[in-house]
Amino acid sequence: MDGVTLLLYLILVFCGFLAIYSSSHGSSNFSFDFSTQYGKQLVWIAVSITLGAVLFLIDVRFFEVFSYAVFGFWIILLILVIFLGKDVNGARSWFAIGSFRLQPAEFAKFGVALALARYVSDIDTDMKSRRYQLITAGIILLPIALIVLQGDAGSGLVFFSFIMVLYREGLSGTVLLIGIVAVALSVLTFAFGFLALVAALIIVGGIITAFIYTNTKWLKYLWLIVLVCIGFTKSVDFGFTHVLQEHQQKRILVMLGLLEDPQGLGYNVNQSKIAIGSGGFWGKGFLQGTQTKGDFVPEQHTDFIFTSIGEEFGWVGSTVVIIVFVLLFLRISMLAERQRSKFSRVYAYCVLSVLFFHFLINIAMTINLAPVIGIPLPFFSYGGSSLISFTVLLFLLLRLDANRENELDSYY
Amino acid sequence: MTHNQNRSTIIRAAIVFLALILIGKLFYLQVISDKYAEKAARLSIRAVIEFPDRGLITDRNGEIIVFNEDAHDLVVHFPFNRKNFPIEDFCRLVNMTEAEVEEKIKIANDSRFNQKGLFIKNISAQDFARIQEGLFKFPQFSIESRSDRKYKHNVAAHTLGYVAEISRYELERDKEEYYDIGENIGKSGLERYYESLLRGQKGKQFFLKDNTGKLKERYKEGSNDVKGAVGKELKISLDVLLQEYGEKLIAGKTGSVVAIEPSTGEILAMVTSPGYKPDMFAIKNLGKNYTALATDKDKPLINRATTSTYPPGSTFKVIMSLIGLQEGVINTNTRYSCNGGFHIGGLTVRCHAHAPMPDVTYAITTSCNAFYCNTYREILHQDRFENIEEGYNNWKGYLNRMGLGMQLGTDISGEKPGNVPNADYFHKIHGHNKWNYVRIISMSIGQGELLLTPMQMANLAAMVANRGYFYTPHFIRGQQIPEAFTSKHEVGVENRHFTTVVEGMRNVMLNGTGAYVQIPGIDICGKTGTVQNPHGENHSIFIAFAPKDNPKIAIATVVENAGYGSTWAAPICTLMIEKYINRDTVSQRPELEKKMMETAIPK
Repeated sequence: MDGVTLLLYLILVFCGFLAIYSSSHGSSNFSFDFSTQYGKQLVWIAVSITLGAVLFLIDVRFFEVFSYAVFGFWIILLILVIFLGKDVNGARSWFAIGSFRLQPAEFAKFGVALALARYVSDIDTDMKSRRYQLITAGIILLPIALIVLQGDAGSGLVFFSFIMVLYREGLSGTVLLIGIVAVALSVLTFAFGFLALVAALIIVGGIITAFIYTNTKWLKYLWLIVLVCIGFTKSVDFGFTHVLQEHQQKRILVMLGLLEDPQGLGYNVNQSKIAIGSGGFWGKGFLQGTQTKGDFVPEQHTDFIFTSIGEEFGWVGSTVVIIVFVLLFLRISMLAERQRSKFSRVYAYCVLSVLFFHFLINIAMTINLAPVIGIPLPFFSYGGSSLISFTVLLFLLLRLDANRENELDSYY
Repeated sequence: MTHNQNRSTIIRAAIVFLALILIGKLFYLQVISDKYAEKAARLSIRAVIEFPDRGLITDRNGEIIVFNEDAHDLVVHFPFNRKNFPIEDFCRLVNMTEAEVEEKIKIANDSRFNQKGLFIKNISAQDFARIQEGLFKFPQFSIESRSDRKYKHNVAAHTLGYVAEISRYELERDKEEYYDIGENIGKSGLERYYESLLRGQKGKQFFLKDNTGKLKERYKEGSNDVKGAVGKELKISLDVLLQEYGEKLIAGKTGSVVAIEPSTGEILAMVTSPGYKPDMFAIKNLGKNYTALATDKDKPLINRATTSTYPPGSTFKVIMSLIGLQEGVINTNTRYSCNGGFHIGGLTVRCHAHAPMPDVTYAITTSCNAFYCNTYREILHQDRFENIEEGYNNWKGYLNRMGLGMQLGTDISGEKPGNVPNADYFHKIHGHNKWNYVRIISMSIGQGELLLTPMQMANLAAMVANRGYFYTPHFIRGQQIPEAFTSKHEVGVENRHFTTVVEGMRNVMLNGTGAYVQIPGIDICGKTGTVQNPHGENHSIFIAFAPKDNPKIAIATVVENAGYGSTWAAPICTLMIEKYINRDTVSQRPELEKKMMETAIPK
């Protein structure tokens, strides 16, 4: 088993525990109280590691064989939760059985990883075919759609991170480029509005025309692209004004800095920035964070858990945590590349993409670089569902990696 | 295909790049920008303030003049946490409707400073105990105390000054950042000049608070706390009995009296009329009284002792004598003729009837104008001077050394310097060096452009009493007197010249212009002055000191529009001298006293 990855995982879980301990008012006497959040988190940590260990007892091929089954199972639960789930903040994404809560969306990531790994590595799959593109898209988009139906669009967005996996496996860079341009155009549309953007596109098109007017072929392509962009912009604008709910519109505007709403929707991010910003270079000290102690940051134990690190350990502490994460990601990427079977490699990249996306967006959110969507910081945020699912996700990779000597070389 | 393996490198690079962006923004927030630390402190730290009592003000005999009364305000802290605010309970506690409470919170928010706003000013004594008990449920509010002033002796309003709530303007200019909204600060007079002494030091205890505003533990175990200190007592040189007496004597008239102890420069009394009583500006009365007083056409708010200027009139002859003697242009034997006045060319300076050929002593006693016109000529036009400017500046030098034409530097603000023109002033009018003593002759008898404040006049009396020096007049007493108040100012006239002049001033009281206000048993030395006033009746001026040897008090009185100096200013001076020296005994001139107190002289 890869000791480096395990070590990095344990470091992160430990740091996460410290953060939860501080934000749930652990006292300096370190008396353990299991009814507190940090007490419960300790239980979840134990459960997660146990389940992770259990994975090593299961035959490796079990997962490859039952990939689609696992995927299907979680899809069914995603559907069921819409009808049977508990209403929390206007979204139905949790099952509640007694005091036990389960969020299928967290575990669906595991299912998608398996299904995607299985399909892409399947010997019958023709990666150049239209069918391939449709099915991979479908595996990713189906859970997104269901989660949006639950009313929790934010959680659904994480599934787009799987595009990184497809890119590694051959998805055209052009597609990725188009994707990035689309995102950029969308942001510009939110910021400046449809008409301004159309004007800008036409002006840019005109400038380029001045340089290439001799070449009629390129000219045709240029204006075709401009037209498509205009159409896209229009649909984004339409989507923003008519499809997005008001609070979602506001969230985007707040994040872009176009709307100041420090008491309303901007409140959480504002408190987060204040807590983190006031940490200074070295931080205020463990358990000494004034904003953490005073409960100023809402959702501090979940979405905004990073503020506890930022305030108490300062820039130094924050950077150290980020570096540990990055080391983990680079390590996973290294594990991925040394896998012999395609299934394992694709699965590894799925793990990487999921963990990285959560990490990036969660921390960016706390410092107002991304809109507030409620996704946890892996291994830090309080909650059994996320901790268990991330641990299982990671440990299966360790299992596969430990087994790689036994695998047949796959045809790339 | 290796082409796909390159993608793994691209992915790794993207991960590192994005992580660096996060680290970069964190660096900006945490290290470069300091506004977040400030905001965090404002949200999570509360300073609980301990207000010290303001220092008492006591007179030279230890008698308390100004003391304190506690006042309490209910303040509200911002940002206002609405989540844990049981408004109905609060309404019951403060006896207001919900609408009233909301309105008051809004007003407090609009006018707040730092994070505090005034919710109720001056909680009544009955409400105070009750509200304080019930306030623990409402961490958004707290009670803050301050000292309001009360007056045991309701006198010396202009000197003492008043204390009131600090204004927005003053808050913004408070560089030490000591004051907060609703706090008191000295606004004028001694309360203002000695503000840092009197206010003491607020004690501050820092507590952490949570997002409902509830106070939790001490911040950093109290290591940032500031220890408080009570306000220090201000001992002043005023004699409160003398001050009260003076205010009664001058009531109903317009003018001023200033009395100084010559051996120290301590101001014994500073009276101005029309005036007002200090408790009219006590905080609860200030609002309704201020406008009326500020717009009163008699201007009771100005301190005539230090801000009104008058020509000194004949009292200035004392100074002219000293300068003449010191310059050596006259001596004890010098005599000038006076034929009903001084005649030169077509100009006549009239003089009243007196014995012919006065010498300097007699010239003072009888206040002869011609003597001084001649003397002025001799002073300004000495052979050693190349031109009139030199001669004039030499003479002006004496005046400046005596504290005229400049601020004396006393310890209340707003002092006016009076006026002693410089040579350029006359150059401009008459041509450069194209003028002589005749052009400015009125200054020789204390008229013309010469202007003094009553305090400068009293200071001159003190200087003569000391036979050649003075101390800057001041109020503060006790230890730690600044050096500015303890250094001797020599005026450059030798001691021996004073004998003649003092003799002349003694004779004023024995058989001169001040004879009928003499007080038996005290050797008073004085000089009358009757100042021409183009706008109305002459001003009545008198300067004096007593006793002649080892003088204890130097005094000057100005009564506007009152005619002869001997009629009004002199009696007031001598009565006050008597009061100060004979203290508890009843005046030997009761009918004079009665006349002073009961007569009003309209302006």
